This record gives sequence, C-alpha cells and structure tokens, in this order.
Amino acid sequence: MSNRHAVPFVTPGVGILMALAAAGLAVLAARLFWGLGAVTNLDNQYPWGLWIGVDVATGVALAAGGFTTAFVAHVMHRHQYEAIVRPALLTAMLGYTFAGLGVCVDLGRYYNIWHFFVPGLPNGNSALFEVGMCVCIYLTVLYIEFLPVVCERFRGRVKLPGALGNLDGFTEGLLRVVDRTMDRVITVFIVLGVVLSCAHQSSLGTLMVIAPTKLHPLWHSTVLPLQFLLSAFAVGLAMAIFESFLASRSLKRPYEVAVLAPLSRVLPFLLTVYFAAKVIDMANRGTYAHLAELTPQTLSWLAEVGIGVVLPAALLMTHRLRRSPGWLFAASAMIVGGVALNRLNVFVIGYKAPYADTAYVPSIPEILLTVGFISLLVLLYRAFVFIFPVLHEEGESHHA
Amino acid sequence: MVTRRDFIKCAGGAVAALGGVETALASTGPHLDPDRVGVLCDFTLCIGCRRCEFACAEEAGLPHGELRAYDDTGVFAATRRPDAESLTVINRYPALSADHKPLDVKVNCLHCEHPACVSACPVTALQKNALGPVTYDPWRCIGCRYCMVACPFQIPAYEYHDATAPRVMKCTLCQDRTLEQGRPPACVEICPQEALLYGSRASLLRVAKARIEAHPDRYVDHVYGETEAGGTSWLYLADRDFHQLDLPEVASTSPAEVTESIQHGIFKGFSGPLMLAALVGVILKSAGACEKCEAEAAARNEAGKEADHE
Repeated sequence: MSNRHAVPFVTPGVGILMALAAAGLAVLAARLFWGLGAVTNLDNQYPWGLWIGVDVATGVALAAGGFTTAFVAHVMHRHQYEAIVRPALLTAMLGYTFAGLGVCVDLGRYYNIWHFFVPGLPNGNSALFEVGMCVCIYLTVLYIEFLPVVCERFRGRVKLPGALGNLDGFTEGLLRVVDRTMDRVITVFIVLGVVLSCAHQSSLGTLMVIAPTKLHPLWHSTVLPLQFLLSAFAVGLAMAIFESFLASRSLKRPYEVAVLAPLSRVLPFLLTVYFAAKVIDMANRGTYAHLAELTPQTLSWLAEVGIGVVLPAALLMTHRLRRSPGWLFAASAMIVGGVALNRLNVFVIGYKAPYADTAYVPSIPEILLTVGFISLLVLLYRAFVFIFPVLHEEGESHHA
Repeated sequence: MVTRRDFIKCAGGAVAALGGVETALASTGPHLDPDRVGVLCDFTLCIGCRRCEFACAEEAGLPHGELRAYDDTGVFAATRRPDAESLTVINRYPALSADHKPLDVKVNCLHCEHPACVSACPVTALQKNALGPVTYDPWRCIGCRYCMVACPFQIPAYEYHDATAPRVMKCTLCQDRTLEQGRPPACVEICPQEALLYGSRASLLRVAKARIEAHPDRYVDHVYGETEAGGTSWLYLADRDFHQLDLPEVASTSPAEVTESIQHGIFKGFSGPLMLAALVGVILKSAGACEKCEAEAAARNEAGKEADHE
C-alpha cells in the first residue's frame, strides 16, 4: 500500500473485520453447496428476510450519498462540498456492488440473472424488474464516474512490472484519453446517475405496495415510493457526514467539520419533508390508531420516526450542535440508523403473511453473511482510500 | 434560491403524480379469453377423501404414497397449507350443527384473473394464460420469490432445500393437460363426488349461482372467487362465511392494479425519467451558467458560514 495515510493498513480493528469477512464468505460457500434452506430461516411464510432487508434495501438506501452529494456539488455548483463527493461516490460504488451481490446470494437461480437483459423475458409491470435494471445501469455509471480517480492516481506514474513495461507508454496514452473524455462527458453521467437513483430508490418502495394484506398498515401505503425517495435524499447526505467522521477517526485525519456543518443545514429541511410525507399519509389513512397497540411493530415505528427523524432534525436545527463534531456525528448516525430501521421495518419487521404461524428470526448464518459482507465492504473502502486519491487532501482540489 | 424552489416544485410534482395515479386507476391486467376455464369447488359436496391430493402429486411428479395412504383422516387434526411437495391439501372444519356434516376445504392456487404474482415476476416466469391457468416456467425463473411476497393467498411455495435449481411450486391447473391436451386437471378427474367441476368460468359462475338460488339453506350467498382479488379462476361454494374457513378477506381489485398504475404512471414512455433529467439539466445550467450567480453563491456561502460560526 502507498504511504498516502499516516496509519498502517492493518490494525487490530482491520484484523477483526477480516475474520468477520471470512466467516461471511464461509456462509456464502455453504449457501452455494447446500442451498438457501440449509443456511437461512426463510420459509413459505417469509420468502424475504435479512438479506433483502439489510444487504439490498438498506444497502441501496445508504449508498444514496453517491447521487445526493454529486447533485449538491456538481449540479447545484456548490463546489465547496467537493471534498465529500469522492468518498460518497466510493461508498455508493461499493454499496451497490454489495447490494447486487446480496441479491445474487438470495436468488435461488442466481445464474439466471442475465434473463433481465433477454428481449421477451423482462416484465415491465414488475417493480422488481425496474429496480434491478436501474441498479445494474447505475452501478455501471458509478464505475464510470470513478474512472477520473483512477486516472488521477496513475497518470504520469505508470510503471508496469517486467516485460509489460513496454506497454507503459500505451497505458499512459490510454489514461490520458480516458481522462480527457471523462472531463467532457462526466456531467452527462452525473445527471444520469441522479435520474437512475431517483427511479430505483422510489421503486424499492413500490415493491411492497403489492402486498397490502401482508405489510403492516403503519408502513403500507401507495405513497411508499415517495417516502422511500424522500428518505434517500436525507440519508444520502447523512451517510456522507457519518462516514467522513469514521474515516477521519480511523485514518487519524482532522474532522472536516468546516465542510460538513454547512452541509448538515439542509438535513432538518429534508427530514421535515420526509416526516410530513409520513404523517400526512398516516392521517389520511387513519393508521395512527395502530400506534396505541404497543406491538413490536409499533415500537419499531416509533424508534424509526422518533430517534431516526424527529430527534436528529431538532438537533441539527441548532448552530452550536452542527459545529460540534460529537453532536453532528450523533445526529447523522441517528438518521442513518433511522432509515436503515425503516427499510428493515418495511421488508422484515412489518411483514406478516396471513397464514404465518411462526415468526421469522434470521438464522446465525444469515447474520454472519450480512455482517461479513459489511466487513468486506469496509475493508475494500479502506483499501481504496489507501490506493486512490479519494479523501480530500489539504490544498488540493478534485475536478471530478 | 432558484434551486431550492425548483426542488420543492419537483417534489410537489411527484406528490401530484402519485395522487393522480391513485385516482386514475385504469383497469389493467392480462388479456383474457371469454371462454377461459375455471374450476367450481363445492365444499358441501366434498367428502374429504383426499384423492385429489394423490392425483395432484402423481400428475406433478411429486413424492406420494399409495392411494390407500390418503384414506388417513388423522391429517385433519391440524390445518395444513400447500407446500413445495403438496400443491393442494384438504382441511376439515367442524360441522355447523348436528344435522350438518363437517366441511372439507380444498386449498390450492386460485388462478387469479389479474394475478399479483404474474405482475410481480420480473422475468415472466409466471404468466396468466388467456385461457385461465397461471403457468410457471422454471427455465425463466431467477428465484427471487417476489411472487410469494405478492400473492394475497400465500400460495406459492419454494424448494428451499434444492441448492442448484429450486422451483416455485404451485398448482398450474395441470397446464400440460388443460392447455395442450384439453383434458381436465387431475384433481377434477379423480373426484368421486363431482365436488369439482371443470369448465368455462362464465358457465361455472352461472352454475354456482343457480345452486345458491335452488338451495339457499345449504349455501351462504357468496361465490368466493367471483370478485376476490379481482376475480379468480377457482370458484368456491360453502355453507358458512368464507373467513371461517381461513379464506382471506381481500379487496375486490387485484393488488397488482395499484403497482402497475404507479409503474405505468411514472415510466410510461420514459416520461417521468426524461422530465426529471430535464429538470436536473435546468438546475445545472441555471446554477452554473453565469459567473455572477456563482460569485453570488460564494458570497452567500461566506454569509452562511458566518451564520454557522454564529
């Protein structure tokens, strides 16, 4: 690894993550050899569980920072926020990659995933088809958006080993062409990324609209797609703030409060819009009556909205708390946790099939795979920021 | 603050669009043949012999014992659900009174007229045949199990223990027999009581209503499946309210109508995404085109930072 950062790549924490990742990969192997039934608690009552709720739905929501930060910095031309665009882009790129992997692990016939692209097979009525298609295209867009970072890392420094050294000149030329082309077309991909993200973030909410008798009325609504989109706006920026603090701490860099605090000013506004979309719909449907029931679902709804939406919105309205690294980190963590809990509520906790006689509780291997994939994602993130110029350097400006 | 206003407009537009979707629920759904088939299942005629369970397993190539083994009425002690190895089951419900007999209820895929599972399937592995059956093609299936999430009757089951080629398992109305050979489904053919009638759905509906009219004391005045979930190919007659027989109370429209309206409303002709792209483009231009704006933005930001410093 390069000496980009003042800390070594491997630390005790990294060692733990590696062990967790290895455990997750072992579960993956077991799932491939013995099937879903052997490693999961999924059954005919609960066809979707932890992997869809966390790896896929939550993963996609928390990766929303990729398009929200690009929108703020590049579409609205608030260039002072460019420092957080690249880390958010990296999170999105890895987050979507792992969401896609999560889907494939959960698919009974993962090897048929190419059927999405065979003319005549796709079903335009299916929200899942729309989500899958958008995610595939958006993942490609994210990889393309990351190309300038790769060019910046290697341009003028290409030194291939051994006989490949003859290709140094050619590779340099290639990087130059890619870099120049990307300079011209990056805007197109940024706009495309925003549109694709809005489309699939909302369609993830459409997924459960088709199950009105199964999803708890506290969550089931025909405006679920709008609520998913609005929460993605908020959690995208919150996640960018949250991960900036984590990266700074782990890599012993100063906190970027000067950039993060002004950005966080928009969060109370976004959270209020999201909150309004939830409570107005709730009032329309009269579903607030369920709040008096005191079931696990009710408590989960209250936690999601109280700790995940109302409290951080209130905290971030105060100038002093926005400038405090501790409070800003806490508030952004609450938003991240709140939206994660919302996705878990919609796909797992709030789901009850009409003939369900037992409750779904994820199996140990299911949890190990989810934790393992998250660990692997964090490890890859760390490797990327060690290799590539992702994190903002003082006195340096990124152009992509 | 052009951008924020634009954003609010955009969000407002999205709300309006979704509202419009809800009010303008166009009746969508698959093309259906007027002569499409169905099965009328009269619970009051069923004697619970479970021969249909045997015939079904045999026809579908699923594990089954000898026919004699199905005489065992011990299975009625618990309420059963169809699963990956038995696509239809009979459950027995106690008699309403001493002069009634217990009621035997056959449970299987109802073959909705506008099936949620078909609407949900991303790769058209499940299809509504114009002649009635909801068919399944395992070759197309990716195993996402969204059909199982979507089904309001909780019918499709999954071969979770097959590591390589698991299938979604449900009654396909013996798609090979009914669609290709023109024969009735195996369960109908074996039924010794004519509790199951196979024929055009329209004529079966007339038969069902005639029976209710002729024997109002014998039947509850309700043909389950006439309108449930937008109508189903299977039609049921019973002597009591159907929810007492664990048949769910579902809306008279298919759950797929709402989602299909949302999908069509937003994505028809890519109008939604194109409008959003245009909006983002406008913001991009208006926020970045003139240097003056940018300078102003910088000044505003300075002011903002000041404000943040207090």
